[in-house]
Amino acid sequence: MNIVVPIKQVPESSNVKMDPETGTVIRKGIETVVNPLDLYALEASLRLREQHGGTVTVISMGPPQATRALKEAVAMGCDAAALLSDRRVGGSDTCATSYALAQMIKTVGKYDVIICGERATDGDTAQVGPGIASWLDVPAVTYVSKIEEIEDGRVLMERLVEEGYQQISTSIPCLVTVVKEVATPRLPTLKGKIRSMELNIPVYSADDIALDPKYIGLKGSPTKVVRIDTPKVTRGGRTIAAQDDVSIEAAADEFIDLIEKKGLLQ
Amino acid sequence: MRKEMQNEVWTLAEQFDGKLKAVSYELLSRGRSLADKLGTSLTSVLIGDGVSDQDLEALIRQGADRVYVVQSPELKYFVCETYGRILENLIKEYRPSVLLAAATSMGRTLMPYTAVKIPTGLTADCTELDIEEGTGNLLQTRPAIGGNIMATIKTPDHRPQMATVRPKSSRPLPADASRRGDILRIPLDKALVDARTQVRGYRHEDSDTLGLDEADIVVAGGRGLKKAENFNLIRSLAGRLDAAVGASRDAVDRGWASYPHQIGLSGKTVSPKIYVGIGISGAIQHLAGIKTSETIVSINSDPDATLHKLADLAIVGDAFQVIPEIQRRLDEKRRVKHG
Repeated sequence: MNIVVPIKQVPESSNVKMDPETGTVIRKGIETVVNPLDLYALEASLRLREQHGGTVTVISMGPPQATRALKEAVAMGCDAAALLSDRRVGGSDTCATSYALAQMIKTVGKYDVIICGERATDGDTAQVGPGIASWLDVPAVTYVSKIEEIEDGRVLMERLVEEGYQQISTSIPCLVTVVKEVATPRLPTLKGKIRSMELNIPVYSADDIALDPKYIGLKGSPTKVVRIDTPKVTRGGRTIAAQDDVSIEAAADEFIDLIEKKGLLQ
Repeated sequence: MRKEMQNEVWTLAEQFDGKLKAVSYELLSRGRSLADKLGTSLTSVLIGDGVSDQDLEALIRQGADRVYVVQSPELKYFVCETYGRILENLIKEYRPSVLLAAATSMGRTLMPYTAVKIPTGLTADCTELDIEEGTGNLLQTRPAIGGNIMATIKTPDHRPQMATVRPKSSRPLPADASRRGDILRIPLDKALVDARTQVRGYRHEDSDTLGLDEADIVVAGGRGLKKAENFNLIRSLAGRLDAAVGASRDAVDRGWASYPHQIGLSGKTVSPKIYVGIGISGAIQHLAGIKTSETIVSINSDPDATLHKLADLAIVGDAFQVIPEIQRRLDEKRRVKHG
């Protein structure tokens, strides 16, 4: 079972600060971490490898420092890692990013299952996973909460959808995106950390993986950012202290009024 | 193909068990205003099975000029590859200018898969859609970085311009019985059915599963509730208000509620008309999941809770006193109403 996990390095969420002048994210001095939702994909992959043998290869796209995120994944137990780092892929939207990652996946070798986190906590689109599946023309099964078993070249899973848990199966090779429920991520081990320090992580350029320039970077991205605004945080809220019988009653009244005003009182 | 069928605005209808989902109508109200601005027509596209003619006509009464429908028992459940091929073929044949879908588990899977096949641009989770003066391009505004910024995005050189929109972020148009439109039934080309993925069935876990994505009111509980039994306070208030039950990560990690109820970065993003956070301190990860709610209410005895600062109505008080009082008042109101 050969598993590939594409991961992303993201700003540590609690530290995100906005520049009030420019309305952009201040990237300087921000701690970066492995996208927290990718940890579930890594854990699910490691468990599959434990049951079925094979390898887990982790890949990413980003600046050279993204090697750190890959090393963290190796410290958790991944076998191999590879980074795509090239200025020409900078500014890629989800279409361009999924193209570049699909090419990376083809480059790193034969794959049976590609496991992605549900979405990255910075971009928050959940589009890159299904996009990769589309470029590779493999089935995409999203929001997977449980990987039950693999038999006769098929993966049996449950996915969390609006109607409850959908039971689904698909054939290998395939791409799966997982939600938190799939598994609790393990911590890196000392042995893993040592391995990650020693492991040489190959860094590919756009040319190394034969990326077609017309599909990458800002130019190859169909979507363009027109502007960025910082929404006002103040909502002009009212605060009521509900400490004694009278003020508790007043608070309850105000709450019910609010619901009534919205026309939502049953 | 008739020329007037090009450059339309399309919205993707959704069905389950032969019933149209509410998002199908919500999208039509978004699509209607865009189509009017562009001076083009609005088409609702449905891929599925078992939706009645009456329901298809309801799409027209609620805003669509046309309905394109591909129905077959093989299309009963959403399967990304099959739906994707059908949608791709429809796009290539009819060349719409705009395609909107709901940011549901289906929309968020099918749209990126299809956008790559075209290929064209796709913007996720838009909260505002407009038409750019002069160019007629679709302006797509979405929250990013945990709701800290709003990015406006366009797809100038590719068609269709694709976007997903959060459920409940727009109201359906009132039904207009005088509206007329065409329903175009397109037979399923069996060669498009991809048998690799098979849906086996569904499993339902809780009783309180009213979808967080679809509810007008969400009542969510957090660590301030102190123990599992107390979470019933949330369930009972939610039941009273016909609301969905949400939970902070803390509450889920402690086993007070199951994961499908989790709101925040590693759970769901909700945008109800009213979000009520009870005993929720307001960690940034949780706030990221509620920021697009229309109205935020916080009930917490801790006056310094971060959620209070974000709330439209902050009640600083003991939930175990405030909520029973709310319920008592609701009972009173009901008695008055029903004599």
